[in-house]
This record gives sequence, C-alpha cells and structure tokens, in this order.
Amino acid sequence: MIFQHLPILQILIPLLAAPLALLLRTPLLSWALALVASWASLAVSVALLLRVLAEGVVVYELGDWAAPWGIEYRIDALNGFVLIIISLIGAIVVPYAKRSVEAEVQDRRIYLFYTMLLLCMSGLLGITITGDAFNLFVFLEVSSLSTYVLISLGRDRRALIAAYRYLIVGTIGATFYIIGVGLLYMSTGSLNIGDLARLVPALADNRTVQAGMAFLTLGLSIKAAVFPLHLWLPNAYTYAPSAVTVFLAATATKVAVYALIRVVFTIFGGVDLFEAFGVHTTLMMMAIVAMFVGSIVAVYQGNIKRMLAYSSIAQIGYIILGLSFDSVTGVTAGIVHLFNHALTKGGLFMAMGCIALVAGSVRLDDMAGLGKRMPVTMAAFVAGGLSLIGVPLTVGFVSKWYLIKAALEQGSMLIAMLIVLSSLIAVAYVWRVVEVAYFRDPPDGDTAVREAPVSMLVPMLILVGASVYFGIDASTTLDIAGAAAAALMGVGG
Amino acid sequence: MAFPGLLNYWFVVILMMIGFFIVIAHGNLVKKIVGLNVFQISVFLFYITMGKVDGGSAPILAEGIEVYSNPLPHVLILTAIVVGVATTALGLALVVRINESYGTIEEDEIGAMEDDA
Repeated sequence: MIFQHLPILQILIPLLAAPLALLLRTPLLSWALALVASWASLAVSVALLLRVLAEGVVVYELGDWAAPWGIEYRIDALNGFVLIIISLIGAIVVPYAKRSVEAEVQDRRIYLFYTMLLLCMSGLLGITITGDAFNLFVFLEVSSLSTYVLISLGRDRRALIAAYRYLIVGTIGATFYIIGVGLLYMSTGSLNIGDLARLVPALADNRTVQAGMAFLTLGLSIKAAVFPLHLWLPNAYTYAPSAVTVFLAATATKVAVYALIRVVFTIFGGVDLFEAFGVHTTLMMMAIVAMFVGSIVAVYQGNIKRMLAYSSIAQIGYIILGLSFDSVTGVTAGIVHLFNHALTKGGLFMAMGCIALVAGSVRLDDMAGLGKRMPVTMAAFVAGGLSLIGVPLTVGFVSKWYLIKAALEQGSMLIAMLIVLSSLIAVAYVWRVVEVAYFRDPPDGDTAVREAPVSMLVPMLILVGASVYFGIDASTTLDIAGAAAAALMGVGG
Repeated sequence: MAFPGLLNYWFVVILMMIGFFIVIAHGNLVKKIVGLNVFQISVFLFYITMGKVDGGSAPILAEGIEVYSNPLPHVLILTAIVVGVATTALGLALVVRINESYGTIEEDEIGAMEDDA
C-alpha cells in the first residue's frame, strides 16, 4: 500500500521534517531529525529507481487528478537517477555537517541550518520528480530561497554579499523560467511536461513558442551556472559554510542541468531544435569556452575553495558539451558526468571543510606541509583531484572517455583534442595544491598529525571511495545513464 | 484589433525593461530589490493579461454568464506573487544584515571595503 505512494513520500519526508526541525530548536535534535529524514529519502529514492528499472516509468497523480489537469509526478530512468544523486549526497552531508556546522555557524542558528538544508533538499527533489512545468517553478523557488539563506549563514561577512548577489541573479533566472512557461501555456494550453512534448512540435514555427524556449533555456542556464552566466557561483561557494558548499556543488547546479535536459530533450524533443535554431553550436561553443576559462581562472586562485568553484564551472561545461552532441553517447556522457562530478566535487569540498576545521584556512599559502599533518584528508583530496583531471580508475576518466567517444562519433577530432587539452589544465591547478601540501614544510616545523573528526572523515572517504569504485566498475551508472539517454533521444527521434 | 489590443503586452515589456535596468544600474541594494519587484510585477501582469478573454466575466457558474476568463493563469500567478513576497522579504533581511556588518548598503562602498580587506 505504502509503496504506491513512494513518489509523494520522496517530497513529503524532507518537506515535513523541515518545519519540525524549526520547532525542535535544539541543535542536536534537529540534526538527528535531518539525519533520519535524509536517510529515509535515500531509501525512498533507491526503491523508486529499482521500481523504474524493473517496471518502466512510474506515474503518480496528486490527489487522483488525471494529468494534464492535475499535477503528476513522473519518474523515469533519468530523474530516478538524479533523485538518487540528491538524496545520496543529502544523506552523506548531514552526518558530515554536524561537527563542521558547530564550528562554522553560530550556535543559535544551527537549527535553522538543518531546517534550510531539509527545505533545499525537498525543493531539489521536487524539481526532479515533478512532471508539471509550473510545479517545477514552485520547487525551484523553494530550493533557491533556502539556498540563499544557507549561503548567508557563512562565517565571513562576504557570505551575505554572495547570498544577496545570488538572490538577485537567481530570481531573475527563475522569473525568466516562468515567462517561458507562460509563453508555452499561451500557445499550447498545457503545463504538463509530457503533454507539452506532444503539443509543441506542431507549433514549432510559432514565434511565441520559440520565445518561450529562449526564456526557459536562459533562465535554467542561469541556475545551472552555464558559462557566461556563472558569475554568482564562485563567491557563493567560497563563503558559504563548508557543508553547504558540499551540498550545493554536488546537487544544486546538477538539478538545474537536469531541468535544462527536460526542456531541451523532452519538451522540445519533437522539434529538431539543434538543426532549426543552431542551439547545438551555441551550446557547444559556450561549453568549450567554459571548460577553458573555468580551468584557467582556477589555476590563479589563492583560495582553494574558490579554485574548486571555478573548476565546477569547467565541469558544467563538460556536461553541457555532452548534451550538445545530441547523440545517445553524448547525452549518456552528460548524464553520467552529473553523477560522477557530484561524487568528485562533493568529496573535494568535504576535504576543504576538514581543512577549514583543523587548519582554520583554505588559502593555498596556509596549506604548506598539510600532507604530513592531515594525511587522510590530503590523500582524499589527491584522489578527488585525479578524478577531476580524468585519470583512469576514477569516475572522471569514465566521463571523459564517453565525451571523447561522442566527439569522435561526430568525426570531430578537434573537440576530442580540446577535451584532453582542458583536462591538462586541471593537472596544473590540482598540482599547485599537491606541491604546497606535500613538498613544502609546515611554517613552524610542526608535523604532528591532527586530523578532522571521524564523523567528517568517513563521509568524505565514502564519496571519494565511490568516485574510485564507480571509476573501476562503471557498468551500473553507465547502464542507467545509457537507458535514460536512449529514452530521451527516442522521444527526440 | 480594437483598443486596447496588445497594449498590455507593451506595458509588460516596458515594465520588465525598467525593472531590469534598475537591478543592473543601481548601486543601492534596496533599490535593486525594488527593481527586482518591478521586474516580477511585469510578469504578473503578463499572466493576468494572458488569462483575460474579451468580454469575459469572472469564472463563476451563474445565470447569463456564457463567456468567462481563464482562471488558471490567475491562480498560477497568485503562487508567483507569494514567491515574490518571500523573495523580497528575504532580500531585505539580507540587506539589513549587510548594513549591520558593513555599515552601508551602497554596492561601490562595500566593494571598496572588500578590496582593502
């Protein structure tokens, strides 16, 4: 009986836990509640994905109102996979957050942190699970508003400015998205994503629909920090509390990219978009510029959290590049990189959180000799760094392998070369940290080992371990991503 | 097409551009929020106009009402208005905190302080 209601439980568990955490007010109790809620969500999303893989698309009609009039939740291989990413990262971040947040957020605000984290999680899960374009907007705002609060909880006063800037830009992005939904509703009379996918092809020449497409893409690109709309991201990631950075870097931009995939490949899947408007070349150019600009700017950063933030912009470039190939291999590469990059960047930012807690600074100059003082954390950082570069036996390699394969399928040797070349820049920025941490002596000759608490090390090692595990045996993730890509492209013809 | 024709849509675009311009051009953080509001209000107007049917009344079942406006966009935008209020409240709360820790809400003055730091 309860299994039938899994799709709504996915949203309800974190959504109801959030106000409860607010009422509990004590840091420990709200943390425990967040822990239970996030692990329950993980269980639900695993059950959902297994059901989707066994039985095909799962449809849940809210209040028994049939779509397209009612709102439906619709889970296929693609969003089942994204749900797992969000709830997995959530379930790992909450135990990690306990010590990190105690050190970085004022005591009286800790319960607010968990409330907002749960709200953000339910918003992101909602964006992913819903089959209704306007419902997606509502969840987009739930997640965005809680994200602004989470960023503003940072210790540094610059966190406030970063949160404010993100609020302005994010609201413009979300408003563009509803303008797009409005334009589509004007011409089709439907808000259901599946229904839109059926109605839009007949109206492909309609200027209103085309304008709607432009607004939707632009709005979601802002939320996904697709180059050149990424300016809000570096400061937001740098000044947010470490646990928030981990969660956002691993999930928020990924979910926006997921929504973009839905718009481009599902709603406009029947329209030969890539041919008709040259979206293909535009996205590809932006992705390639992002790969290079993100990586090159990363090399010059003194603050390693900011360095990783710029690296994220480059990594989003890889995802978009995969999508822009408009082939099953390319889209598979994009989808699998959503997961792979979430693991890698989550692990790396967790290492930053450990360093911030123990060493008190994430600036490169203060990291001298850390390889001796924090051997476990730095080893995890190196493993994550190798995955960013795309060294074999890490998840980064699997993604890049598929990207290059997709490029070669299109006969584009040049793009394959550019992928390799931009990965080489990643070697430069990862190496800077390795050099300072391992080959420079600590300033005061203090080499005593002082590691972060176990509650932070274990989540970090789980993520880094997973990024190695799925690099060695990528068949599970590639199967799911391949099935999702085939379904998307099947609709697209 | 009779008056007002597409007049409403012209107002939507004009308001949208005014709002957008304020967000970009003004350095005062409160004014930016106001600009954002104007920008969002243009979208509210857009949805309200979209649902209006010429000569239509409110969608209430009653004698003599044959033509009525589409209520759905109006209901949708009610949600968006609530979201807009929440965004404004949060934005202003952030401005208060910024003012407490920087002593100013002018963007260029804050920028100058951060360069020194």
